[in-house]
Amino acid sequence: MREQKSILGNIDWPIVIIFLLLVLMGWLNIHAAVYDEAHKSIFDFQKSYGKQLVWVGTALFIALLIMAIDIRFFSQFAYGIYGFFILLLIAVIVAGKATKGAVSWFEIGSFKLQPSEFAKFATNLALAKYLSSVDVNIKNFKQRMYAIIILAIPASLILLQNDTGSALVYFCFILVLYREGLSGNILIFGLVIAFLFILTLLINKMILVGLLLAIAIVLVLFARKNKKAIITIATFLVITTGFIFSVDYAFNHILEEHQRVRINVLLGKDIDLQGAGYNVNQSKIAIGSGGFWGKGYLQGTQTKYNFVPEQSTDFIFCTVGEEWGFIGSFTVVTLMIGLLLRIIYVSERQRSAFGRVYGYGVASILFIHIFINVGMAMGLLPVIGIPLPFFSYGGSSLWSFTILLFILVKQDSYRLNVL
Amino acid sequence: MKKSYSNRQFTVSAIFIVVWIIFIARLFYLQIIDDSYILSANRNVLRVVTQYPARGLIFDRNGKLLVYNEVVYDLMVIPKQVKEIDTLELCNLVGITKDDFIQKLDKAREYSPYSASIFEKQISKESYGYIQEKLYKYRGFFVQTRTLRKYPDPVAAHTLGYIGEVNEELTLKDPYYKSGDYVGMSGLEKYYESYLRGNKGSRIMMVDVFNREKGSFRNGMYDTIAVAGKDLYSSLDAELQVYGEKLMKNKRGSIVAIDPTTGEILAMISSPSYDPNLLVGRVRGNNYAKLLNDPVKPLFDRALMALYPPGSIFKIVQSLVALDEGVITENTGFPCDKSLVGCHNHPSATNVKSAIKMSCNPYFYQVFRRIIQHNQSKDRFIDSELGLNQWYDKVTSFGLGNRLGIDLPNVKKGFIPSSVFYNHRYGEHQWAFSTIYSLSIGQGEVGIIPLQMANIAAIFANRGFYFSPHLIKYVGKEKITNPEYKVKHMTKVADRYFKIVADAMYEVVNEPGGTASGARMDSIIVCGKTGTAQNPQGQDHSVFIAFAPMNNPKIAIAVYIENAGFGGVWAAPISSLMIEKYLTRKVKRTDLEERMINANLMSLH
Repeated sequence: MREQKSILGNIDWPIVIIFLLLVLMGWLNIHAAVYDEAHKSIFDFQKSYGKQLVWVGTALFIALLIMAIDIRFFSQFAYGIYGFFILLLIAVIVAGKATKGAVSWFEIGSFKLQPSEFAKFATNLALAKYLSSVDVNIKNFKQRMYAIIILAIPASLILLQNDTGSALVYFCFILVLYREGLSGNILIFGLVIAFLFILTLLINKMILVGLLLAIAIVLVLFARKNKKAIITIATFLVITTGFIFSVDYAFNHILEEHQRVRINVLLGKDIDLQGAGYNVNQSKIAIGSGGFWGKGYLQGTQTKYNFVPEQSTDFIFCTVGEEWGFIGSFTVVTLMIGLLLRIIYVSERQRSAFGRVYGYGVASILFIHIFINVGMAMGLLPVIGIPLPFFSYGGSSLWSFTILLFILVKQDSYRLNVL
Repeated sequence: MKKSYSNRQFTVSAIFIVVWIIFIARLFYLQIIDDSYILSANRNVLRVVTQYPARGLIFDRNGKLLVYNEVVYDLMVIPKQVKEIDTLELCNLVGITKDDFIQKLDKAREYSPYSASIFEKQISKESYGYIQEKLYKYRGFFVQTRTLRKYPDPVAAHTLGYIGEVNEELTLKDPYYKSGDYVGMSGLEKYYESYLRGNKGSRIMMVDVFNREKGSFRNGMYDTIAVAGKDLYSSLDAELQVYGEKLMKNKRGSIVAIDPTTGEILAMISSPSYDPNLLVGRVRGNNYAKLLNDPVKPLFDRALMALYPPGSIFKIVQSLVALDEGVITENTGFPCDKSLVGCHNHPSATNVKSAIKMSCNPYFYQVFRRIIQHNQSKDRFIDSELGLNQWYDKVTSFGLGNRLGIDLPNVKKGFIPSSVFYNHRYGEHQWAFSTIYSLSIGQGEVGIIPLQMANIAAIFANRGFYFSPHLIKYVGKEKITNPEYKVKHMTKVADRYFKIVADAMYEVVNEPGGTASGARMDSIIVCGKTGTAQNPQGQDHSVFIAFAPMNNPKIAIAVYIENAGFGGVWAAPISSLMIEKYLTRKVKRTDLEERMINANLMSLH
């Protein structure tokens, strides 16, 4: 093993710079969202932005700490770390504190910890560890099942905490599995299912089934002589019909009222702007009223006068839209997607399978957060309460995303040393 | 060796780039293409707060206040801020029970927990002082001030008028008014509304999601300042008005006094009246309903709205028309022939003056016959029509049968019958003097409002002209005047005849045998004419018009008392007391004064 000049010697500066920029902009926007003319000091630790300043400082410290830790630590102890956070997830269900219906917090004095945030990087470590094992092949059904179990355990525990949003995050690993050899059909199948799901909710299910039947008949007419094709078409018809009816049933009987309403709001079936549609409508107003140049820092009226609930956490993006306008939103979205692309690039240059799988995990986790959070703020997706990486107020999520990202940076900086 | 899937990095990257494109397109649509969000954001945050200007005051001719604004205190509450207060103490201060307290707070909370609503209207000054001092103890409560119209002397209710909340019709017609605004509903308040109201200002405030004010928008760049209403300087003499209302207590009728040299109204009384303070603030609704249903009709402004038969006071107008037409001379005499029309016992009049002095009915029957029928045509009917036309032309030049240019809304025209009227009623050429002779003594179809009667007195005081009677001398510090009130209105009767009739009016009061000796005073020479207007529904009405002093008159007055009998008995003495009060500021004839004030003529019908 070659000598390392410094812990900062071979790090990937583009990632680090984008990270620092996002954290800085995130803090400025939290400051704007919580800003109160009566309390102007940015060091007021009673205020969210004062507290966030502490989180930012400690996150930077953690990043340095990770850079100082021996490279082998994370791959060696991947299962151990995973196990530890699984235990914490179980503990929080037993002893946690409920916030807005979700039992996902530990409270130690004034310090609040959300294990589900940390479970994301722990799961990513475990998955990377498992998929990079010498004899594991994703094509193997049994081994594929093990990989899915690694993901399903934290996801179910988080579902038990009543935090559907954070559980949804685990779907993102499908991208990692895809990269490691999972059939592309599964991605396409996922898309078809999602499309059918939306259609089922928008159109009367009988009409939809009728439509599918018509398409099937046309296809059968074309494939008159091909028995195999007819069977495939028939099977597909049965499966989709069954899916449509189960979606209808699930939507009306399994989903909870607030989830149903959120989806209806998004699909335009519920336009109660004072009720369920209020958040999204106010968020769109905030973003839309920003115009090209934005209203200026601390000048957003939607932001300053609290028209958007949860603005420093889940709806932080609308502060960007209102105060920094199209220019600012464009910059933030581009930086974030740019970060993802850079991470993919960095992952591909890893020599170890562990590093590559881990890197794809980082990109996937960040991607699903950005996709859901920004999409929700713009009114493209239903309201799902998950944080915007590096932006949203909250220590657990900032720490967790920092750890997630910097394990990759550390990994990358040693890529030349790995044989 | 596992198969390498490294080209799948492009699929994954492509997914990221597609999402990036979707986001940028959506941002472009929301922030650049669709403008509606800017409006929505402004609607959220901007509130226009109206600044109400102080309404103009009204002064009397001597600078005494007739109407001013009094500050009242409303106790307001912001339910969300109410915390740990001594409820019992506050209840005692405001004078409500604990149940009231809970009910009021619930009502306010229902309206909005975050913004202020009225907890208790018009709390007393004492509670205000106390609460203000201990406000820190009652979190969530504060006192808001408003202004109400107030009347130092409870007089001239009809003339001053009242203000009330605007109705929907007006808000649609005039965009200045918004629901909840106050506007002059009657009297001077209505007529001079555009001056009195001033101009509302507005401040654009920014509010947060709880409707709490957060400061002004763009440092008040778009704010406008409220401009206070202009004051009215009235010609009314508050002291005379008070005195007149006192004299008219327990009497039905009206007094109008005018300064003949300017047309300025000195006092205008309609009785029964009411205290204008009753139609103010939170008691207004109840009191208005009570007054409206009162059988003596206190809301009815008799001075401007009641069409009375003038009775014998009309004889002075008839005399002038006859003299001017040349159908009689100053020295024409007629016997008092009671077979023509009823009369009291008196020697026959040998000239116009004595006929006026004794108010001889048969004399004026014959005078009027000569006016109507003086052989302008062989046909009696055509002759009557020609005669009535000439008479109508002259009589209406006295401001009768037409709306006088007074600065008040809702003024009646009065009624002087024309040939068109009789043709309509009886058919063309179907009527003659014998049909309409009642007009000769101011009976029949003729109807005159008390204001017009006073105006007749002013015309005689001026010996032939009048200025439109009016109440406001000028408006505001700039002294805005109405040029119409400077126009001298001439009658169509030659000036020289006025002296004859004025002399007769002197005799009515000051010579033995005159009908108005009750109006005689040593110090002031009063000229007048009594009337006893027949009333088919009941007792005769007592009427008197007068001016004084005889030379350089300073006051012209009409007094009309319903169902009070002879003009000389009630109307004449009351007129003379008013004249004495106005000219000397002090009434020496206290016995007469007391008798008049204490007389109750309401029960007579």
